[in-house]
Amino acid sequence: MAFVQNFPFFCILLTLICAVVTSVLKGAAARRMTLFVILAVTVMTACVMGYTLATGESYVYLMGHFPAPWGNEIRAGVLETVTMLLFCFVMLFSFVGGLSRSVREIESSKYNIYCILVDLTLLSLLALVYTNDLFTAYVFIEINTIAAAGLVMIRQNGASLVAGVRYLIMNLLGSSLFLIGIVLLYTVTGHLLMANLQESVAALAATGQYRVPLVVTVALMSVGLAMKSALFPFDKWLPGAYSNSTPTGSAVLSSLVSKGYIFLLVKVYVRVIGFDVIVSLGICDVLFVCGAVGMVMGSLSAMRAKTTRMMVAYSSVAQIGYIFMAIGMGTEAGLVCALWHMLAHAATKSMLFIATSTLDEASGGTHLRRDLRGGFYRCPLPALAFTLGAVNLVGVPLCSVFITKVMMAEAAIGVGGRHMIVALVVLAISTVLNASYFLGTAVQLFIPQRGEQAAGTRFGSLTAISLIGFIALNLLLGLAPGGILAALTSGLAQFA
Amino acid sequence: MLQRLMTNYHETAAVILFCIGFSTMMLHKNLIKKIIGMDIMDTAVYLLLAAQGYIQGRTAPIVVDGVQSVEAYINPIPAGLVLTGIVVSVSVSALMLALAVRLYYRYHTLNLDEIIALAGKEEV
Repeated sequence: MAFVQNFPFFCILLTLICAVVTSVLKGAAARRMTLFVILAVTVMTACVMGYTLATGESYVYLMGHFPAPWGNEIRAGVLETVTMLLFCFVMLFSFVGGLSRSVREIESSKYNIYCILVDLTLLSLLALVYTNDLFTAYVFIEINTIAAAGLVMIRQNGASLVAGVRYLIMNLLGSSLFLIGIVLLYTVTGHLLMANLQESVAALAATGQYRVPLVVTVALMSVGLAMKSALFPFDKWLPGAYSNSTPTGSAVLSSLVSKGYIFLLVKVYVRVIGFDVIVSLGICDVLFVCGAVGMVMGSLSAMRAKTTRMMVAYSSVAQIGYIFMAIGMGTEAGLVCALWHMLAHAATKSMLFIATSTLDEASGGTHLRRDLRGGFYRCPLPALAFTLGAVNLVGVPLCSVFITKVMMAEAAIGVGGRHMIVALVVLAISTVLNASYFLGTAVQLFIPQRGEQAAGTRFGSLTAISLIGFIALNLLLGLAPGGILAALTSGLAQFA
Repeated sequence: MLQRLMTNYHETAAVILFCIGFSTMMLHKNLIKKIIGMDIMDTAVYLLLAAQGYIQGRTAPIVVDGVQSVEAYINPIPAGLVLTGIVVSVSVSALMLALAVRLYYRYHTLNLDEIIALAGKEEV
């Protein structure tokens, strides 16, 4: 076994150990420790990605060298490592970009707890992406939920505590439904390991045995994870949670936490149940409808939002709708499109949250959309980052979301029939709606206010580094998507 | 139908408990009652899980009097999973209770609707 194959396990272990050590550190030391963990995990993930791309194969790693069912397994392939590497970059830029605000907004005695929450979020994402065991996935879903709830509430004002309660109630319900799904699946198959489950479910599907329990299982798991990733109509907790956290918290919640659940859902569909079985059970149609309605309703809510953070938060509902509508098409092209949009949205939304918080601060801290007028003259870099994010989400050519839209249209044409008509119409409506609120706000940034002084507002050099990193990441995704798309396609083939 | 429900009485009880917990969590405005509802809901899932490992007439898989036959024991895996689940559930309950205490100190009520209204006024 090559030494690099140990890295996913090392990443999980290192993050866990550092989270424990951070509990006895204070302020700057806790911050440095978390930064070190994120950097170390990013480097190790890049090495594993290089290894899986070079070999072109995935591998299963036995924790403690005990084979299942005594030991636990993790699995690393091209899809897992590419996804995790992008998650690491987003986590790194989000953490660095929100550092100065988090130091000011979080009570100094609680700062190490904030760093632990970031560590635990990274840990749970690593486990959700790499795990090969369904019950382990459930445990880390709960860890992810607790860590994310902590990030929502860390500012400890009234609005963030209420948002935390709402977040917890909806997410715990989602976790319970997912767990019932696991129990039912265990009952009919007797396995929890994904590879064994896949064999058993394929045999059950071939013979037509236990069809009703299978439908119920898939429905429970889908609804559970859809609730946690804020698919319409389970999105009521989202705006409060995203808009009341710190900038880093909002970026991590919108870009990583929800995407971790979506990645797990794809994993359950492809690796556990088998995508053909999923399509035959009719679950995809439900996801397609919810996704399509979410694309429109999320944008309509974003248009009505008065604050920029609320607007960006509501637009996440629309973007999650894109991902679920793509999955709902029930084809491999749809799945690749969903995975691509998951990465594109993760890179864009976190940049928008960091840029928005800096612009808001420079515009008097009112968070109102109208007060962003002339923002470019106060802080050019965040304004440019916001504009790039806005243009990206509208789907202008040479941007990553444009590629999503082209892929989605192609996938819809491939499916044909009513799916094609609905998908194309909703795509058109959604693009117009996105343009109306995102471009409207972006244009405001470049209109100088009366008596505006040319002097820019100073913001931290770390925020600038983070925004440059985000801009580079988004440009890379938009201008050179070929390699990543090829990796997603081959990774998905290894997944099945 | 009734015969099936009686035969699978563990599962029937779990579903009834889940419905009680779910409705308590969603319909009550009091935060403590919501947390109790959540705990009942979790317990129902653990009952369902534990019931999957139980086999009538067999005992816990602890070797006593040299009996090593698999036929003598129940399936221990669901019991292990339930233990893990309980640890997770306890952590979540503790977090929710801590949150309820924090909200009570701030707003002097446990009614979620009132808390949301007060938090809204605070923001304005």
